Amino acid sequence: MKIIIVGCGRVGYSLAGKLNADDNDVVVVDVSAEKVAETTAQFDVMGVVGNGATFSVLQEAGIADADLLIAVTNSDELNLLCCMIAKKEGNCKTVARIKDPEYSKEAQYLQKQLDLAAVINPEYEAAKEIARVLRFPSAVRIEPFGEGKVELISIRLGAGNLLVGQSVREIMPKLRANVQFAAVERGDEAYIVHGDTVFEEKDVLTFVSTPKDAVDFLTKIRRKRHAVKDALIVGGGVITRYLCDILGSSVALKIIEKNHDLCEEFASKYPKTTVINANPSDYALLKEQGIEKAEAFVALASLDEENILLSLFAKEWGVKKLVSKINRIDYDGVVAKLDLDTVVCPKNLTADIILRHVRSAKNVHGSNMQNFYNVVQDQVEAAEFIVREGSAVVGKPISELPWKQGVLVASIVRDGKVILPRGNDSILAGDSVIMVTKDVALFDIEDALA
Amino acid sequence: MNFSVIRKTLGALLVFEAIFFLVPAITAVCYGEWYELFIFLICIGICGGLGGLCVLPKVKNKNMYAKEGFVIVALSWVVMSLFGALPLLLTGTADSFIDALFETVSGFTTTGASIFTGEQIDGMAKSLLMWRSFTHWVGGMGVLVFVMAFLPLSGAQNMHMMKAESPGPIVSKLVPKVRQTAFILYAIYSVMTVAEFIMLLCGGMTVFEALHTAFATAGTGGFAFSSKGMAYGPYIQIVLTVFMLLFSINFTSYYLLLCGKPKEALTEEVRTFIIIVFTAITAISLNVHFMGNFEGKGSFADTLRQSAFYVASIVSTTGFGIEVDFSLWPQLSIGILMLLMFTGGCAGSTCGGMKLSRWIILSKGGAHEVGRLLHPKQVRKIMMDGRVVEHEVVRSVNAYLVAFILIFCTSILLISFDPLVQGDFTTAFTSVATTLNNVGPGVGEVVGPMGNFAGFTDFSKVVYMFDMLAGRLEIFPMLVLFTPATWRR
Repeated sequence: MKIIIVGCGRVGYSLAGKLNADDNDVVVVDVSAEKVAETTAQFDVMGVVGNGATFSVLQEAGIADADLLIAVTNSDELNLLCCMIAKKEGNCKTVARIKDPEYSKEAQYLQKQLDLAAVINPEYEAAKEIARVLRFPSAVRIEPFGEGKVELISIRLGAGNLLVGQSVREIMPKLRANVQFAAVERGDEAYIVHGDTVFEEKDVLTFVSTPKDAVDFLTKIRRKRHAVKDALIVGGGVITRYLCDILGSSVALKIIEKNHDLCEEFASKYPKTTVINANPSDYALLKEQGIEKAEAFVALASLDEENILLSLFAKEWGVKKLVSKINRIDYDGVVAKLDLDTVVCPKNLTADIILRHVRSAKNVHGSNMQNFYNVVQDQVEAAEFIVREGSAVVGKPISELPWKQGVLVASIVRDGKVILPRGNDSILAGDSVIMVTKDVALFDIEDALA
Repeated sequence: MNFSVIRKTLGALLVFEAIFFLVPAITAVCYGEWYELFIFLICIGICGGLGGLCVLPKVKNKNMYAKEGFVIVALSWVVMSLFGALPLLLTGTADSFIDALFETVSGFTTTGASIFTGEQIDGMAKSLLMWRSFTHWVGGMGVLVFVMAFLPLSGAQNMHMMKAESPGPIVSKLVPKVRQTAFILYAIYSVMTVAEFIMLLCGGMTVFEALHTAFATAGTGGFAFSSKGMAYGPYIQIVLTVFMLLFSINFTSYYLLLCGKPKEALTEEVRTFIIIVFTAITAISLNVHFMGNFEGKGSFADTLRQSAFYVASIVSTTGFGIEVDFSLWPQLSIGILMLLMFTGGCAGSTCGGMKLSRWIILSKGGAHEVGRLLHPKQVRKIMMDGRVVEHEVVRSVNAYLVAFILIFCTSILLISFDPLVQGDFTTAFTSVATTLNNVGPGVGEVVGPMGNFAGFTDFSKVVYMFDMLAGRLEIFPMLVLFTPATWRR
């Protein structure tokens, strides 16, 4: 697929890498020659220097025969203009990134009027993810599938967890929980869970189940925790604003922000929140604001390093639920070892949405990809497909199909009911199937067959 | 330094060299040269076996950075030449290993300077001649570009190698993927070679002669298949003139033409190239016709054709010779040809020399310096094709010029030890110029179009070989190879 990415910032750069790895022809456009050079030196993509909202630059980038244009510059207006011109000049799908909450409210309208394939909002996606883990604090990550009927939940197995030292085969009959174990993340590596997998301390276990069964399972392993009722947020950026919108008054929020003007804006827009105008790296202040009593600590400052340090500090003070936003730093492995609980990365969330679009568009068989989620960056993916009539996976018991190595049928949603498949279940046409894979990129459910 | 990636790439290269040997091997079968065939089969065995051994072990760490890219490029040309010299050495055609290596380096770098006399070439086996000529074709577009077009190497970092191997200050891709870019380049290259081959066949050349000449022209190399050079009548000479010029134009322009963008294809560099070529042809033919006084001078039409041929031959750095020796022409004509040797053709073509785009950037930079003396606070940017040339590019072009001059001067000093150049500055100067610019012939009795490099000492030949490789790879990869910091941990 021929894809043009306008804007080589954090989001553009990581998209270029992922789309290139997915074997697409990628052209990146940016006004900064330096950024273009950086991206083209790292990935096998072509670069064009110039303003992506001008006709001549888009033409040079090959808009005439491009299949998709993704506008992810820092400016919403520029992104929309890019997409409009691309639509006029080429015959391609367009995706625009919208950051400003004012536009974001009208995203649906814009999408329809400008004929955009999708509007992406990394900050809003991040806020949604944070809201989910605050409501369900046992989880490190949580991602809904099958229109919210199934959830993909990751939990960290702390010391003394019932599962540690047990194999799946031993533990399942004892628990009698209606969950499907999917993947385990251990240090830098991730594995698909099978019967002989033995859980270790500090593993991050990902499982699939209905929201109700998940609570049941967590109660059984004594890890159930109630939704967070108050949270301390550092940084008053766009994500924080979205978070306030989503959480409303269900969580008491205390926001610490350096910038006085921003504080005033927050105070006038969200009168129910407590807004503190102070420097968050002042540890005495954090103590004064009751960090040790907070149920959750959310670090959303602009600097990644600051967020990491603040979260580590909050952990020292015994805060149970930590959320840190990390956007720029790519030392994934190192950050994972720090045990920071939930780490939210807006650029990766964006990449997931776009990858889903690209893979759906590339998919020739017609089993439509409904959802896509990178469980463990660049290792484990989860994808949801609607199975079409006559697909090769239909009709045979799952255990008899020739699945590839590293592929798991995690769950099936049929007529609104969730089935956690066992070997003799079979997939029917019209089912919504959630697949979890390691090192296998799925464009269609049939790609999972050897 | 990631040695396993280097080993694997060089191994792949050797396997490809084994495949390249099939071309002369088939020629040997056609002409019944069984002894040569036997030698070529041995060479295929050596390269294929050794290459296979290097390729087979799995490489864990596939990381390749700019450093590995440069080292791979420089080493692969050395390795290719070392193994490519085997046939000449094993058949006993070349007197020594150094001679065989000189001839092969000259072939791969598309220089076309030879250590063989005319009589030796006339008596040489057809398969060996074909191998010499085929090295031009392979070296012209780049060995690694060829490997890249057909092998999925470790991915994104291939661009480092392409940048290091392709001529010109700015190397960019035609399409997003390196592999497809390499493939397109070779496709254009092959189609043009076939076109020339057919045109030469129409001119009455035999299949062998036409193929040999087409390979040598495409790579802008210049090995001839007989002692008479290209003294083959006006038709052949005109065809060659046209194709030598065509192969000196940036291949990106052809791609843009194919895409239906003729305006963009005609870049500033291409326009300058056309102007320079026409000016040089006019000046030389007038100069030779009115002021030339030498044996074998023909009518004005003959002179025009001969000047056009030599201009094309020198500016494209092919170095073919014809019935007249340009060393006998008036000094002005020789001077112009010498200058053309240094300009070379366009970047992104198969020719040698410093490339026109570099000269354009350098002269614009010079003009800006003068402007800055008049208006010290003036801010100006060097523009080419309506775009700003990045500071990085300007800097690297300046550095290139300095490195080029330093290597040039050092080489002349080293060559001065040779008994052959005593009292003959022309030979010393032009022999270095012709090897560093990958042209082939120089000026004078010894290295002129009718001479050869056989008489030099082994030491001088090694210097020339370094110059040819440095010239083809645009100096920096060779310098990286010989910088101790490259090999430090």
